[in-house]
Amino acid sequence: MISLQINGRKNSVDVEPEMPLLWVLRDEIGLTGTKYGCGVAQCGSCTVLIDGAPVRSCSFPVSAASGKNITTIEGLSADATHPVQLAWKALDVPQCGYCQSGQILAAAALLKRNPKPSDQDIDEAMTNICRCGSYRRIRAGIHQAAQTGKGIPSVIHMSQADAVDAASMVAMTQHTHTQVQPASMSDVCSMGECCNHDHDQA
Amino acid sequence: MFAQWVSVAITTTIKLNSREIFMTTTQPSTWIKSTLTRRAFLVSSAAASGALSVGFHVPALATTPTKAATDKATAVEVNAWVVIQPNDECIIKIARAEMGQGTSTGLAQLVAEELECDWNKVKIQHITPGENLARKRVWRNMSTGGSRGIRESQEYVRQGGAAARMMLLQAAAKTWSVPVGDLKVSKGVITHMPTARTLRFGQVCASAATLTPPDVGTITLKPPYLWTIAGKPIKRLDTAQKVNGALKYAIDYRPDDILFAALKIAPVFQSTIKSFDASETLKRRGIKKVVRIDDSTVAVVADNWWRAKTALDAMPITWEEGENGKVSSASIAEHLREGLTSDKNVFADTNTGKFSEAFDKSSKKIESVYSTPFVTHACMEPMNCTVRYTPERAEAWVPTQNAEAALAALADASGLPAEKCEAYNHTLGGGFGRRGGPQDYVRYATIVAKEFPGRPVKVLWSREEDMTHDIFRPIGLCKLQAGLDDKGNLTALSLRVSGQSINAHLAPHNIVDGKDRRQLQGYWPEPGDAQLGYSVPNLKIEYAMRNTHVPVGPWRGVNTNQNAIYLECFMEEVAKASGKDSLEFRRALLKTHPKHLGVLNAVADKAGWGRTLPAGVHQGIAQFMGYGSYTAAIAEVSVTNGKVKVLRLVLATNCGHVVNPDQVAAQVEGSVAYGFDSLISESSVANGRIVESNFDRYKIARMVQMPKIETVLAPTFDFWGGVGEPTICVVAPAIMNAIYTATGKPVRSLPLKNEGLELV
Repeated sequence: MISLQINGRKNSVDVEPEMPLLWVLRDEIGLTGTKYGCGVAQCGSCTVLIDGAPVRSCSFPVSAASGKNITTIEGLSADATHPVQLAWKALDVPQCGYCQSGQILAAAALLKRNPKPSDQDIDEAMTNICRCGSYRRIRAGIHQAAQTGKGIPSVIHMSQADAVDAASMVAMTQHTHTQVQPASMSDVCSMGECCNHDHDQA
Repeated sequence: MFAQWVSVAITTTIKLNSREIFMTTTQPSTWIKSTLTRRAFLVSSAAASGALSVGFHVPALATTPTKAATDKATAVEVNAWVVIQPNDECIIKIARAEMGQGTSTGLAQLVAEELECDWNKVKIQHITPGENLARKRVWRNMSTGGSRGIRESQEYVRQGGAAARMMLLQAAAKTWSVPVGDLKVSKGVITHMPTARTLRFGQVCASAATLTPPDVGTITLKPPYLWTIAGKPIKRLDTAQKVNGALKYAIDYRPDDILFAALKIAPVFQSTIKSFDASETLKRRGIKKVVRIDDSTVAVVADNWWRAKTALDAMPITWEEGENGKVSSASIAEHLREGLTSDKNVFADTNTGKFSEAFDKSSKKIESVYSTPFVTHACMEPMNCTVRYTPERAEAWVPTQNAEAALAALADASGLPAEKCEAYNHTLGGGFGRRGGPQDYVRYATIVAKEFPGRPVKVLWSREEDMTHDIFRPIGLCKLQAGLDDKGNLTALSLRVSGQSINAHLAPHNIVDGKDRRQLQGYWPEPGDAQLGYSVPNLKIEYAMRNTHVPVGPWRGVNTNQNAIYLECFMEEVAKASGKDSLEFRRALLKTHPKHLGVLNAVADKAGWGRTLPAGVHQGIAQFMGYGSYTAAIAEVSVTNGKVKVLRLVLATNCGHVVNPDQVAAQVEGSVAYGFDSLISESSVANGRIVESNFDRYKIARMVQMPKIETVLAPTFDFWGGVGEPTICVVAPAIMNAIYTATGKPVRSLPLKNEGLELV
């Protein structure tokens, strides 16, 4: 029997010592928030925290996790109020969401050791794959959770494309007035009329 | 009557699996013609049962864990789209699959807009294909591909919301014995204006459900400029459960008695198993059975997936590889090159003016060949399906873009009639086209589950199986020729694609007289879905179908990805040869296609085309049309010693109406990662099999490569276009054109490493 401390609870499992922690979590214990993506520590979907450090559990033998504190997405916070989780909700970061358990734990680990990360720090720490391409919002979410002041929300310019009839112009005017937030990104504003949809105000 | 209908529908659905998926991505007239009988039948069935199928009863509720909780005892179905609880909670039914694209939130916004309910009390619930069939397809098409989720169903779901509102108002009028005209409704509260009395939806829903639904002809939908819920950047309804591990994907479905299976498919496509020796495998811990699924596929079933996978990896298997085992990327390239000049199996989809004559007479001639490789989908959730089979009933828990096709595959493989089957579709961990057509993962799981009657069996593909047995994005070559007159005007253009056909592999019935128009998406002359924007007096567009043994299929932004690269990178060469500015050159050719031009102008305006850039930074531009929407992009790029850094991408989309600008932006932002695949990814072939079997060898976009992304929404509010796919195709050519400007050398062969370039 191998004894494990997962999300503050003790678990004993009767498995081969070389079984990857991922499959103990998923198939033996039933904690399915930790995802299988590649099995070779490349994609990061299976990221968990072991004594606070991010580990790719698909390639981490369960025996090596014994006696350590394992945190999965289910145990990051009691009610999804970890700053990273709050930022993820505020910015609607996930698309399909499958990789996000790993992304969130990798981000939480980054912020724990580096509370005010730069973009370069984020590039270096966040090597998990997201096929939906939520990378832009993941970066913004980390900045927002860290309160670096660099959490730039999605930049949306509203544009009046040419070639519309009069009725469409009315509709468009209505839309433009109701949707558009004043611009706040100086490097965008410098290029002319634009708008910036700020998630915090939405 | 019912049984007969089901049998007709299912038989047809099985036959039509792929056709269902390809509906709008093939020539529409072809599809309508070939399925007229079935469509007419479905329409008349729906009409007979009342267009909105109002009933008193909630349909049998599905048991998938992703469903919103519903109190069966008290919930009242006002109509097929709207179920209301006495506490005013509105449950909006969703038929299309959710794979991250946000369609379920968008559809709910459209229903809620017409229903006039309180958005804070909206929950969504996905229907099952079994329910849809049992109710004569009242929820219509469940297939989710071709960026059709909203644009194809917006009208009838809005009508559903409006009809429910009208019935709720009618019920309130009846309660008070007042004219409906004296009532107003807002946020789920009905007010009798003369007396200021109010009733909530939850108080009148039971009475409303007993009323006759309004005729569709009497329903007036709100003009979009009056929208208060739709058109707004409101939050997705499904985010909370994606940040704490609560959302159960199909891969997570795990009842207590579940068994897990790993499978291996013959590495060389279309080859077979010669032999395998399961004797040692069966002695390993936890192994339950070794199942020969078919001539090419074997599975190991265990009490834990890792045990199944490691046992399968250790099991000796020999394969009958045959001639296909000799195929390589080089031999495929040779096969495709022949198609560039051949006169066999070639057709011209467009041939206006006299290309050859005009080209010969031109004062400047430009000629190039472009190539794009096979690429894989790599959905983060690998292919999987869980099936529980008994001789009386079969159920599947599956991530699918077409739940009705999954149900049909389950019925087919189980041998049970469709009414004894059910498929529960979960939120997909990525779809991208892989999970739409062939429900191969359902078939495999069903065959394995039949070996364990009564027990659910999950067949999960390893990443290696997923990546080497995909339906890949078709490989292609394209030869282009252009002639300029002495003033630098484009007078002649020809384009020939030589490459693989999706229809030939998945839907041969869509190939008419040997002509597969689908591979020319984005080059079509007709307006609507994927029209060529450029007007050239002498124009020839041809396709030479050259198939290989590698299976191909739709890949997010189907065919427009490759076709935009061919055309837009070549147009850059032509623009440079003409001595004109890249934007101005395109503008002149788009004059008669104002929507193509409009979105190009929008991106040029917002990106600041031609502005003074920092030293070493260069811009590139591209435009294209697909999935009913118009897109354009400008990239800002630096290139140092072959290392390409994309600094900024500005992406403009005219999708007609914008249901949720924040979610459209999310799709546009996501387009960048998928667009990068076109630049860096490749599934190459050696010894008849795919070489890149996992993310260690298969190059894929990561955070560090992401540029600043800006979304330009340029809606014209006069049509409904797609969102999930159309913007991907302009990403790669805009970047390639910026590289060309930076280096002076066009990028013609992908992935970038073929040109000595690397994306950093």
